[in-house]
Amino acid sequence: MVDVTPADAVPPAEVGEMELYHPHSWWTKYVFSQDAKVIAIQYSATATSIGLVALVLSWLMRLQLGFPGTFDFITPEAYYQFITMHGMIMVIYLLTALFLGGFGNYLIPLMVGARDMVFPYVNMLSYWIYLLAVLVLVSSFFAPGGPTGAGWTLYPPQAIMSGTPGGQDWGIILMLSSLILFIIGFTMGGLNYVVTVLQGRTRGMTLMRLPLTVWGIFTATVMALLAFPALFVACVMMLLDRALGTSFFMPAIVEMGEQLQHNGGSPILFQHLFWFFGHPEVYIVALPAFGIVSDLISTHARKNIFGYRMMVWAIIAIGALSFVVWAHHMYVSGMNPYFGFFFATTTLIIAVPTAIKVYNWVLTLWRGDIHLTIPMLFALAFIVTFVNGGLTGLFLGNVVVDVPLSDTMFVVAHFHMVMGVAPILVIFGAIYHWYPKVTGRMLDETLGRFHFWVTFIGAYLIFFPMHYLGLMGVPRRYAELTDMTIMTESAHHLNSFISIMAFIVGFAQIVFLFNLIWSIRHGREAGGNPWRATTLEWQTPQTPPAHGNFGKELPIVYRWAYDYSVPGAKEDFIPQNVPGAFAPSREPA
Amino acid sequence: MAVVLVLVLVVVGSVLFHLLSPWWWTPIASNWDYIDNTIIISFWITGIVFAAVVLFMAYCVFRFRHREGSRAAYEPENKRLEWWLMVVTAAGVTALLVPGLFVWSRFVTVPGDATEIEVVAQQWQWSFRLPGKDGRLGTSDTRDVTADNPLGIAPKDPNGQDDVVVEATDLHLPVGKPVKVLLRSIDVLHDFYIPEFRAKMDMIPGSVTYFWFTPTRTGTFQVLCAELCGQGHPLMHGVVMVDTEQDYLAWLGQQQTFAQLSAPKQTGSANQPSGKTMASGLDVAAKLETLEAR
Repeated sequence: MVDVTPADAVPPAEVGEMELYHPHSWWTKYVFSQDAKVIAIQYSATATSIGLVALVLSWLMRLQLGFPGTFDFITPEAYYQFITMHGMIMVIYLLTALFLGGFGNYLIPLMVGARDMVFPYVNMLSYWIYLLAVLVLVSSFFAPGGPTGAGWTLYPPQAIMSGTPGGQDWGIILMLSSLILFIIGFTMGGLNYVVTVLQGRTRGMTLMRLPLTVWGIFTATVMALLAFPALFVACVMMLLDRALGTSFFMPAIVEMGEQLQHNGGSPILFQHLFWFFGHPEVYIVALPAFGIVSDLISTHARKNIFGYRMMVWAIIAIGALSFVVWAHHMYVSGMNPYFGFFFATTTLIIAVPTAIKVYNWVLTLWRGDIHLTIPMLFALAFIVTFVNGGLTGLFLGNVVVDVPLSDTMFVVAHFHMVMGVAPILVIFGAIYHWYPKVTGRMLDETLGRFHFWVTFIGAYLIFFPMHYLGLMGVPRRYAELTDMTIMTESAHHLNSFISIMAFIVGFAQIVFLFNLIWSIRHGREAGGNPWRATTLEWQTPQTPPAHGNFGKELPIVYRWAYDYSVPGAKEDFIPQNVPGAFAPSREPA
Repeated sequence: MAVVLVLVLVVVGSVLFHLLSPWWWTPIASNWDYIDNTIIISFWITGIVFAAVVLFMAYCVFRFRHREGSRAAYEPENKRLEWWLMVVTAAGVTALLVPGLFVWSRFVTVPGDATEIEVVAQQWQWSFRLPGKDGRLGTSDTRDVTADNPLGIAPKDPNGQDDVVVEATDLHLPVGKPVKVLLRSIDVLHDFYIPEFRAKMDMIPGSVTYFWFTPTRTGTFQVLCAELCGQGHPLMHGVVMVDTEQDYLAWLGQQQTFAQLSAPKQTGSANQPSGKTMASGLDVAAKLETLEAR
């Protein structure tokens, strides 16, 4: 795909430039800012802070699982509150917010050549509502009865009953309210990202010239806009069941020997709504990671991404297919078992476009000029963990294999590997990659390598052996693993080992945070384009980019985002805004 | 170069762990060795793909790492290679899916000679019901649940009168006879799971779900709840004993029917097994207290 526009053939602008809101005080510049870059940093800082809470919660639950009976304060009640909050924070308030609100806000306008998001004011509101959602969530730690312990899936009826922590207290109400707020805030941001990608691109930036990072974030946002409403209505209905005594999800129930007032509701309806959101959610987290890692690999291997068009279509295909696979989370839910045939088939079909992406990443490395920078290391580690987690997905997606493995530690290991570790490794790689653009300075290399090795090897050692506990039959969501006839003594030792690794990996994240803060002042000066990358964010006149991003003139795009090592060109990269063909010759296959 | 070494070690280490580590599934006790076989097929196919991708990556990093003056090739795409890879992947996926769906069709097709039994879950205990002499279970409804009728068997249904009620204690099953397990819950979601049988299914209040299996060896097996059901979830254990036909009949002879249980009781009667008639609500409250005491 050689796609270079001659310098005299760039189409004229169709509309004039948008007026930007110019801040006139410290408050409007740094706090109530309408600049997508500031909003991005606000989103990222908030998500990281709440993510630290989730990290501490994971330590607490690993204390209990690794050393049962040692820590008296971790009652079953507390344990369930820890796992619930850990899961919800990681999936929604950290990963979704960081990829879309953080990376989306920072990178979309810069990468498509726009001065800002198209609705900056709404964009600002999006962040403040997100912050409110986070605060409501955190407040449940201090509410009477504590946060909800219903599991992050919040399945009714137990989520709103007294046998579950927070079920008849404030916990579940605050959780549902926080989710509703999050979705409102996200919708404001999400509409912005979509419209900016579709309408805000600079001249010459055709859709098929967008960097894959933008394709990933864009597709994920479209999916989120379609999927979150299902969660939204589910939250509203459960809130009504809990607060007003309706029976959307509540059938006739005898609790503690007493007949409850509910009648005729369907618990499984909630599961359909939840997973109609929940499965696309997996890809809402994964697709931005796919996009970003493609750009990291291409830049640091100094080679065009292999099969760009196939990569774009694979992203779109995965996005579309992910809406027809949701019930693979429900094979043993008691739904009509014949659904299993359909959902197993669609689920395994989704493996094909996903595999294509993996092949194209490794084929990009083939005959590349691989610089083993920290972003590249994280990208390689991502491929290992993603392939591992993706392949165990073929176990769980294949309906009959799921029967023994569902609800065991195998599932926990699988989803942590594929949508925990893998996307987070991409986030780390992306932060090492773009930090110089955001701050003007490089992150410390030695600390970075330490962080990488401990995180990658440690995380693999946590989650790879965990699959085998699940194979043995150890169920997930057990606050204590005592009196289990299937568990051998050595399986308990394995649990202790996993816990110790979890503390080590967690510690490495503290080193990373230190690096983030320390390097703002003490990092090496980066210059405007330290990685010699082609995409527009590296071509800004100032670093960090000023308000409006591109100075007086918006850049004009003449080529795709991947002109690395073009034969005949002097440098091994040609930025997208450089005119002139170098007549690259296609190498024979 | 450390990266290349670590990537190779990840593959070698994972394979060795798989082959040598002591953590593996429990010896099977049901007819679902088909499922185990499907898992073995999955391990082979995915293991080969994992090793191939990671080792190829390690080779690329080794062979094409940056050296002074080296430059990458320029190859935007290669249609033939991409299609070829897609076809191979589709073949691999089909090799997983076809046996999987074949076994699933067995899993959902209950043989005609299977005996229906019922498992009723509540926070946080298991009870069971077996059909009486008529071979049929009576209808049931959560609304009929009382302290004397903990399973909610319809009091007016003649089919239910001779049903054998096994409340909050061990279930016995005869070896070699297919069973269709009907699953009910009277409060929240639960999941009836016995690792050795390889089968599990959620129980939903207001619905009856099911699965079937044939126990293939005698022994004592622990029932685990596999769907989060509140703070007593990890303690919700039960026991299923698979007996020889003789032992099973002996056990069955000692059980009480619904009609016997709902007949007016004399307190302190000698033939009432201890604990069995305790109101379920009290039982749960006792369990909660133990939990909170920890």
